Amino acid sequence: MNWIVTLDNIDSAKLPLVGGKAYALAYLARNGFKVPPLVSVTTRAYHHFVSETGLRETIALELNRKSFADMRWEEIWDAALRIRNLFLTKAIPPDLQAALSEGFSQNFDRQDAVVVRSSAPGEDAAGSSFAGLHESYVNLKGAKAVLHHIRLVWASLWSDAALLYRQELGLDIETSAMAVIIQKIVAGRCSGVAFTQSPTDDTQAVIEAVYGLNQGLVDGDIAPDRWTLNRRTGQLLAHSAAKRDAYMAPDSDGIKQRPLASALIDQAPLKANDIKLVFDTAQASEQLFDSPQDVEWTFEGDMLYVLQSRPITTLHKQNEKDSRSWYLSLSRSFENLKSLRQQIESKLIPEMIAVAALLAETQLSDLANAELAKEIEHRQSVFKKWVDVYWAEFIPFAHGVRLFGQIYNDAVCPTDPYEFMDLLGATQMLSLERNQLLEELADIIRQNPAAFANLETDLANDNRSNLDASFLAKLHDFTARFSEQTFATDQKKPFPAILINVIKEMATRPPAAMPDHANTVEQKIQHFFSKFSGPKLQEAKEMLDLARASYQLRDDDNIYLDRIEACLQAALDEGSTRLKNRLQKWAIPELHEAAKEVVRMLRDPHYVPRNQPRTQNKQASYRLQARQLIGQPAGPGLAKGSARVVVSKDDLAEFKNGEVLICDAVDPNMTFVVPLASAVVERRGGMLIHGAIIAREYGLPCVTGVPDVTRAIRSGDPVTVDGYLGIVTIG
Amino acid sequence: MEDSEKIKAHLRQLFDIQKLAVLATHQTGQPYASLVAFAASQDLKHLFFATPRTTRKFANVTADARVALLVDSRSNREVDFHEAMAATATGEVRELTTVERRAHTALYLKRHPHLEEFVASPSCAFMQVAVHCYYLVRQFQKVVELHIQP
Repeated sequence: MNWIVTLDNIDSAKLPLVGGKAYALAYLARNGFKVPPLVSVTTRAYHHFVSETGLRETIALELNRKSFADMRWEEIWDAALRIRNLFLTKAIPPDLQAALSEGFSQNFDRQDAVVVRSSAPGEDAAGSSFAGLHESYVNLKGAKAVLHHIRLVWASLWSDAALLYRQELGLDIETSAMAVIIQKIVAGRCSGVAFTQSPTDDTQAVIEAVYGLNQGLVDGDIAPDRWTLNRRTGQLLAHSAAKRDAYMAPDSDGIKQRPLASALIDQAPLKANDIKLVFDTAQASEQLFDSPQDVEWTFEGDMLYVLQSRPITTLHKQNEKDSRSWYLSLSRSFENLKSLRQQIESKLIPEMIAVAALLAETQLSDLANAELAKEIEHRQSVFKKWVDVYWAEFIPFAHGVRLFGQIYNDAVCPTDPYEFMDLLGATQMLSLERNQLLEELADIIRQNPAAFANLETDLANDNRSNLDASFLAKLHDFTARFSEQTFATDQKKPFPAILINVIKEMATRPPAAMPDHANTVEQKIQHFFSKFSGPKLQEAKEMLDLARASYQLRDDDNIYLDRIEACLQAALDEGSTRLKNRLQKWAIPELHEAAKEVVRMLRDPHYVPRNQPRTQNKQASYRLQARQLIGQPAGPGLAKGSARVVVSKDDLAEFKNGEVLICDAVDPNMTFVVPLASAVVERRGGMLIHGAIIAREYGLPCVTGVPDVTRAIRSGDPVTVDGYLGIVTIG
Repeated sequence: MEDSEKIKAHLRQLFDIQKLAVLATHQTGQPYASLVAFAASQDLKHLFFATPRTTRKFANVTADARVALLVDSRSNREVDFHEAMAATATGEVRELTTVERRAHTALYLKRHPHLEEFVASPSCAFMQVAVHCYYLVRQFQKVVELHIQP
């Protein structure tokens, strides 16, 4: 069956079975290099697993729901998460399970700590090195842990990073496979990498070294000492010392960063003869493989082990339009996310609130036209600055939820890959707080509906005597607290029609209590914690706390950003009011285009913007009607209702209780209609987008990532939303 | 005349190879055909398929339980006219209850392991067709009927 091959049985004929990494190590060992003992779990084991469990077709179904071109990064991450979870939860066929367990116990002692690494065929071939796209796990003990991590390495064939580079990797569901290396760990005194040819100067070689395991260096958590050498002679050209304060060491389970002994802080990890040995060994590897090599190594005493050798390539040499590396940079370490949180919570959010408040202080009506033009430009630049901060700081932090999701799924192996989100929902998001206030207002109407029969007229005419004082006070309180864009733009009335409509609609149905999942959530939290002990338990607790902050920010940051945008909109509205005559026939474009035109009109009394002619749709000879649309199941449940397609704010004002919200993307400022909705469907895909988060909070069926949904469905169409399977049925 | 055991063997062989069947239903007299992943019980008395409850086929069988299923071995070549085999099963379908389905989903998922999550979804109905009769067509026009006693 060839599911397991030992190091001395790996030859060139087995390259497609064991992958480039394992083959290179076997070739090095055969040529006298010191290599830690290893076995390869071949691609045949992978193929057997995905065929017997039906996983191959399941992956194909998952990845063919939608074309990659239409997928957002978040959707690719979601697909990878679901696939990863399937690898964790599908039972390994008994014959394979027995063979892998036996292979492990025959080649390693029970106490042996091992590394489980990916070795995908083609991965390290010259010209296509894809370091870092697949997973490796360090310091595992016993067959059970090793088997669990073999699944994770298999799954990493379909990681989000690998899916992003699927074309370069030639990723193919039928033929691609993952081999796995199980290698005895060498807990070296120091470790590092050697490039026989510097990526920046082809006359030089580079060696980097850290104390302890080289995982710290590879993951970028520990800064290495760096030596530059003449590639031909080995002559030392430069040494740049790192700030040495920590090293990576095996822990009871995995690895842990530890403080470096004070005696070592001032000592470079390599001495002159060590450097020579690393350089000579890397050069010999280059000779052997006949191409410049990137060699990972470790010293155990004076013995130098080669852990890996692969050709140097220049992957990630990006053109500026290729933003995949930006996406990959969103995968932050726990430490990095902690400092990002500190920065966001203590500095950026308070600053945003203060900026919005300051902008709102300016009396726009007092400004002359030229001053107003200047104010609009100022607000535009302030808004742009905060949009940049949003992309640079808030989005990476919000992706902290992903890190937690992975840790949760690895520990708990739940059937639902999004179960982890239930642990995050017990936080108060601003939009939930806002919706709670709306519920309270609706409740006052519910007590005595007759008293509110003429609510709109009473509010418009300021007939305070006709209105319930507590209702009015709450309404004032509400508008003062939530003055963001959706409600703020309708300035002609003291209370916007959208707001009044939502409150009245809410009052037509019984009070909607937020689903109380407190007990089950607490059970899930305790179950998650029970998977850890000692210092790991503390880390798990900190991780949950961080993920909750990250989850909450996912909603709140948009609301704060919209406060600033609302200030820009208010200035623009002031300008539009003054320019009413010249704007009469102008179809107002999106905000920033409008701002440009309004500023120009305020400065130039003769300028009139021109509209683009609208193209007419040709009448079709055939009528095409969508019956079932597919997307991602983003909130479990099944609901039927009349569709309400929301493309503009006006559509929100029409929203009726029990309708299905259909939209391009649920904006955080649209979420106030969610308590009225029976289900949520949106074009934008992902599990961590606002629509999905809020729908999950309210226990509503939700399907996201449905292409063209706002065109395929019309308001009033009867629709059924299957949030379990991600299907929307029309008619 | 072949005996019924031989016909059953043909049917089993066909059902082992083929994974998909064409399901025929109707809506107020208008016929409607759908492709379904199916499995057959060992005694051939029952055929199983799964469908979301929101589909047209589910609505149709809810209104009228009478259905037909076509399973065939065509390969889209000329030789199909003498080589291909086609079995039409007629019968009545019903949705299995949660308790009943447990006994049969294993059989179904053994043939379609990639549908595990689909079948497990609360919105997915697991259907059982009680077969009344099989019509087995071979050698272009040779037809035999295998009637199944309830």
